[in-house]
Amino acid sequence: MAHQTHILEANNLAIGYGNQEIISNLDFKLPLGELCAIVGINGVGKSTLLRTLGHLQPMLGGTINLGDKALLEHSNKEIARQISLVLTEPIASKNLTVAELIALGRQPYTNWLGNLTQEDKVHVKKCIDDFELTHLKNKKCHQLSDGQLQRALVARAMAQDTPLILLDEPTTHLDLYHKVQILKLLQKLAHSFNKTIVFTTHEIELAIQLCDKMIVLDNASNPFGNPCELIEAGHFDRLFPKEMVQFDPKSGSFKVVK
Amino acid sequence: MSDHGAVRISFALLLLALACAWLLNISLGSVEIPFTSTWHILLNGSVTDDPFNYIIWEYRVPKSITAILVGSGLALSGLLMQTLFRNPLAGPFVLGITSGASLGAALLIMGTSFIASLGSLVYVGNVSLAIAASVGSFLVLLIVLIVAQHVRDTMALLIIGLMFGSITSALVGVLAYFSNAESLQRFVFWTYGSVGDLSLSQSLLLGGLVIAGVILSIFSIKQLNAFLLGENYAQSLGVSLKKTRYIIIIATGLMTGAITAFAGPIAFVGLAVPHLTRQIFNTMDHKILLPAVLIYGALLMLVCDTIAQLPNSANVLPINAITSLIGAPVVIWLLVRKRNMLF
Repeated sequence: MAHQTHILEANNLAIGYGNQEIISNLDFKLPLGELCAIVGINGVGKSTLLRTLGHLQPMLGGTINLGDKALLEHSNKEIARQISLVLTEPIASKNLTVAELIALGRQPYTNWLGNLTQEDKVHVKKCIDDFELTHLKNKKCHQLSDGQLQRALVARAMAQDTPLILLDEPTTHLDLYHKVQILKLLQKLAHSFNKTIVFTTHEIELAIQLCDKMIVLDNASNPFGNPCELIEAGHFDRLFPKEMVQFDPKSGSFKVVK
Repeated sequence: MSDHGAVRISFALLLLALACAWLLNISLGSVEIPFTSTWHILLNGSVTDDPFNYIIWEYRVPKSITAILVGSGLALSGLLMQTLFRNPLAGPFVLGITSGASLGAALLIMGTSFIASLGSLVYVGNVSLAIAASVGSFLVLLIVLIVAQHVRDTMALLIIGLMFGSITSALVGVLAYFSNAESLQRFVFWTYGSVGDLSLSQSLLLGGLVIAGVILSIFSIKQLNAFLLGENYAQSLGVSLKKTRYIIIIATGLMTGAITAFAGPIAFVGLAVPHLTRQIFNTMDHKILLPAVLIYGALLMLVCDTIAQLPNSANVLPINAITSLIGAPVVIWLLVRKRNMLF
């Protein structure tokens, strides 16, 4: 894999619903082992982009390359070993235990009955331990707090053992402490396990501090780059109406105009 | 993932209960046969001229096997529907699938009498009844599934299922109005439900179709487990959504259609049994739930049939009434106790 430094590459990508494009001309390359945030105002198409990258909805133009070939040339089963997801929609059955939930992440590797091999079991146990879910593993999902459930869902994605993990708003409904906890966890996963992690978020300030790359969906040039470059180019200034919110490049934070 | 020892013990107890219920079902009936004689006849196996022997081998054993097939098939259909529609209140009856089968059967039983008077030569046989009911249940299932694609709200889905039930019963009402007394009576008796007096060929057909449904379900266990996360997650795990949906629909349509054709529209078994089973096994894993609902469904149906027989009396109650009398309070109790019924 030495020659292949980018796991995901979008060229001239257009996304939207039906034949209505909401964003076009997106270009970015995501290297292995980096944390990348997709930010932008409400309704701009953050989730649509993430769902398009995750093959949950069709792209309207351009190309997406996953690994060494186009996303569309991969079968469902191949994609399942390349991309894992954490979505905003609640899981269908909250009656699953944490251990059952995480074990389902092994499905792309199990036989026709979904039996876990010894190797799968070791992997699942490691995910449970890594995410400090050991004491919760026999709890049902409906018994967990929002923060615990989010951690369990990320652990399930980790159990799927894919080079790319996509998360849709992993920090909503969490307080500041748990937001930081999840984002630091994602950063650690990206850096120490060499995963490429892409997530959508409204926490622009936190993302600036923690991410390696950011995609800013601003309905115009939709810039992509590392946070410092984006600040210098003034891309965050243009994100919100200036008379309401201003961006302070020194602190990397937004100030309300009084 | 649950403790293997506990699962084994639960399965052993469930099988033991099933064996007891089966023996009870066979030893009780309108004719009083001493338990020792029943035991003796079952062990000896041969069919002789002894009337007890005849009753047991020619009537009670086939009836008990039908009850087992009906209970297992309906319970499994309920489990499949609850997972497919991500809805704890889903079941063949609630979603209107049984109504669809009823409409198919009604069209055949009463409609043909209507057409036959015009000189048609349609023959109301076992196979055509099974086909008509299966087609009816497939159609309703497909419509419900198409609606479910557009209506994400599970409450709305159930109400739509109820509406389908109303529409089909209205159509059945119209058919009944125009049909002759004989076929109307035949249809009314069919709606009471019965697991008795199936011919050998009917039993074999029912058995074959239920087993086909079970086999299709077994091959869908992994996908069913993925569906527990929701469809998007299932797809991200490599599951082909379309294929899985179709297999589950075909399995449910076959089982519900065949059962409804031969035993009548039996309510609540499909809805209640998966929940009762989850009370025992406390898991969502279909590898455990699938065999468990088969056993539990058979057990419940045998018990209901034993009650419906009104032991030692010449009367037989409609089995549909018994399953509703037992099933409906169970569902109410589950809702009250757990408030929010989870699946």
